[in-house]
Amino acid sequence: MAETEERLRRTMMFVPGNNPAMVKDAGIYGADSIMFDLEDAVSMTEKDAARVLVYESLKTQDYGDAELVVRVNGQDTEYYHNDVIAMVKAGIDVIRLPKVESADMIKTLVKDVEAAEKQVGREVGSTHVMAAIESAKGVLNVAEIAAASNRMIGVALSAEDYTTDMKTHRYPDGAELEFSRNMVLHAARAAGIAAFDTVFTNMDDTDGFYRETRYIHQLGFDGKSLVNPRQIAMVNDVYQPTEKEIENAKNVINAIEEAKVKGSGVISMNGQMVDRPVVLRAQRVMMLAKASNLLDEEGNYIEK
Amino acid sequence: MKNSVNREIPDDLMKKYDYEGFKTTEIGNPEIQRVAPKVHVSTGDNKVVDSIKDVVKETVKDGMTISFHHHFRNGDFVFNEVMREVIDLGIKDLTLAPSSLTGVMNDMVIEAIKAGTITNITSSGMRGSLGDFVSHGGLKKPVIFRSHGNRARAIEHGDIKIDVAFLGVPNADKLGNANGMEGDAVFGSLGYALMDAQYADKVVLLTDNIKSYPNTPASIKQTQVDYVVKVDKVGDPDKIGSGATRFTKDPKELKIASTVNDVIVNSPYFKDGFSFQTGSGGAALAVTRYLRQAMIDNKIKASFALGGITKPTTDLLKEGLIDRIMDVQDFDKGAAESMHTNPKQQEIDASWYADPDNKGAMVDQLDVVILSALEIDTKFNVNVMSGSDGVIRGAIGGHQDAATGKLTIISAPLVRGRIATIVPDVTTVVTPGDSVDVLVTEYGIAINPKRQDLVKALSSLPGVPVYHIEDLQKMAEAKVGKPKPLEFTDRTVALIEYRDGSLIDAIREVKD
Repeated sequence: MAETEERLRRTMMFVPGNNPAMVKDAGIYGADSIMFDLEDAVSMTEKDAARVLVYESLKTQDYGDAELVVRVNGQDTEYYHNDVIAMVKAGIDVIRLPKVESADMIKTLVKDVEAAEKQVGREVGSTHVMAAIESAKGVLNVAEIAAASNRMIGVALSAEDYTTDMKTHRYPDGAELEFSRNMVLHAARAAGIAAFDTVFTNMDDTDGFYRETRYIHQLGFDGKSLVNPRQIAMVNDVYQPTEKEIENAKNVINAIEEAKVKGSGVISMNGQMVDRPVVLRAQRVMMLAKASNLLDEEGNYIEK
Repeated sequence: MKNSVNREIPDDLMKKYDYEGFKTTEIGNPEIQRVAPKVHVSTGDNKVVDSIKDVVKETVKDGMTISFHHHFRNGDFVFNEVMREVIDLGIKDLTLAPSSLTGVMNDMVIEAIKAGTITNITSSGMRGSLGDFVSHGGLKKPVIFRSHGNRARAIEHGDIKIDVAFLGVPNADKLGNANGMEGDAVFGSLGYALMDAQYADKVVLLTDNIKSYPNTPASIKQTQVDYVVKVDKVGDPDKIGSGATRFTKDPKELKIASTVNDVIVNSPYFKDGFSFQTGSGGAALAVTRYLRQAMIDNKIKASFALGGITKPTTDLLKEGLIDRIMDVQDFDKGAAESMHTNPKQQEIDASWYADPDNKGAMVDQLDVVILSALEIDTKFNVNVMSGSDGVIRGAIGGHQDAATGKLTIISAPLVRGRIATIVPDVTTVVTPGDSVDVLVTEYGIAINPKRQDLVKALSSLPGVPVYHIEDLQKMAEAKVGKPKPLEFTDRTVALIEYRDGSLIDAIREVKD
């Protein structure tokens, strides 16, 4: 895993790389990750213009704490190399490679990224990568893809291409994605990286969006790829911990502090030993609570 | 001289028009004398005429002041029909004193200026080709811009002495009892026109819908009217207002609106019985939606909503979340219809709405007001009149008036395209920073340092970062760069009055 500290990745907002207004405003919506798209959103005639626009924006605009991701064009295109070099030079956090089907594709990307880092004088290893899984082959190889490099921070399922490859299309209940979602999620967890669910494009179907988001939250996804800033608040709403979860997490954190003060290696709460998974979950709940603006400055739950 | 918002006001014009420079937003308690109109006595039996030309010939003479209202907005037929006759009759040297000028009137005004028919204009605003024409020196004497409240004040003072008012109405009876609520071209409240009906020496109604006598409810009364002219059509209903008001889906507007709502809800004014005024733009309508939810969640009801009214606001009245609507103007059919059917929606005239020289105006009782801005500067001064190119393209409307509310919120994006909204100095000061309390942008808010109570109340809202306005200005500049200063000639093309009649700024001819 490229990062030692876990960061929240509830929302990865797609921003067309050829739209100046959207690129400029991408930072105001509070997305955990912003993904500038140089691939599908950009027509052939605008590939260079979009690359320049995103490059200049990354150099000049302030996107706050958001993790900045760019989806480069595929390795089989003539734009790929220039995309990688420009984005590494711009200091992008993560390069997302589309249509990944093998670990070798990631290894090639990592090699190209490393070469670009050396070329532009950026610290080697500072650029992270992630893979988009968009085919049956990609799904079947996702475990090796997720583990292909220590620069990998996540894998994302991209359902539009995948369902076409599977000779189906998307249904409201998502049954056609069940296998792929679980494969992607397991591969990510096994590799210790993040798992992103696919986009939901019908902006008028709020109920459907909530249903799908609750479902992938239940499965254990870190978050979801989004096509519209209006979806951010809805995802955050689903990922927001309950008051009870927060109180419980605070007790665990207090128990850790207590153990530290006592110099004890064993953490106990209400007379019971607290396992490492419980500690990790508590830390994640507190991180989510903070991000959801549910805690005051002293860490107390704010009554809504 | 420089006035108290540091604007250079031309001394010769101040002297010529007997102006004082703007000093303060405080009105105080002066004693003033109002004027009264001349009355041509009649029993009222021969008011109905068929010919605009005859009425114009009878009433309008060289050098007079004539007026119109803008309640038909871009669906207005009356203005152009009357002005056609005025120009064709060769009448010269008129002062045009409408409540405002809409785009559909532009070509006719320009023609009338070129013909020497119009030599003076006072209005709430102007846009498009007319604004461009005036900004390029098309009118010899400066246009005087007045807010809706200030127009009422100026009429009552006699600063604007209307000789003939031509007022289009969707219905009237043979003696001139009329309202804005029934007929094909309904627009609801007649708020601005009521001033003209009350103070003009001659009042000419134009209508396409003669009702049986006596016509009630009568907003304009037979005691005020000299002529009723029957015309084919007073206006195009489709262009008077938007049919159905749609909420914005623009995520940036929604973000700003939701932050405006956060500011209101966390201010000391959000309590049972509060009052508010919003605008008609996309973000303002979205604010109304957020505010509705917040009122339900917090079990809070408003005592009144004020100003230009839209359907989302009348829906709140229907829902019982607002107790009264005080209605000077309706922006859509839904709001106009609601005024017709809901007795809790009270038609008010511009004086009652916003005239500062009053025994109490509605704006004086206003808690929360949301306004927009073309530009706002680091002193919180707001420009709603001139564009980034220095050209006139706006209207004061009720901006200065409503800004006297207890919590005045300006909602505006940090930048529009390549143009900064938050600037070191606005091109034209319309509303002084002293009456502005909070600026809301998509990046966060800035609070007028004069309002330390609000700084305290709003400084730790989750998801609402508070900036110094200077920092927001720098953010805007970092995004779009520093523009080359605008170039103007020495000639003044327009004067901006503050609502008390003092001069707050002047607009100069643009140099191309």
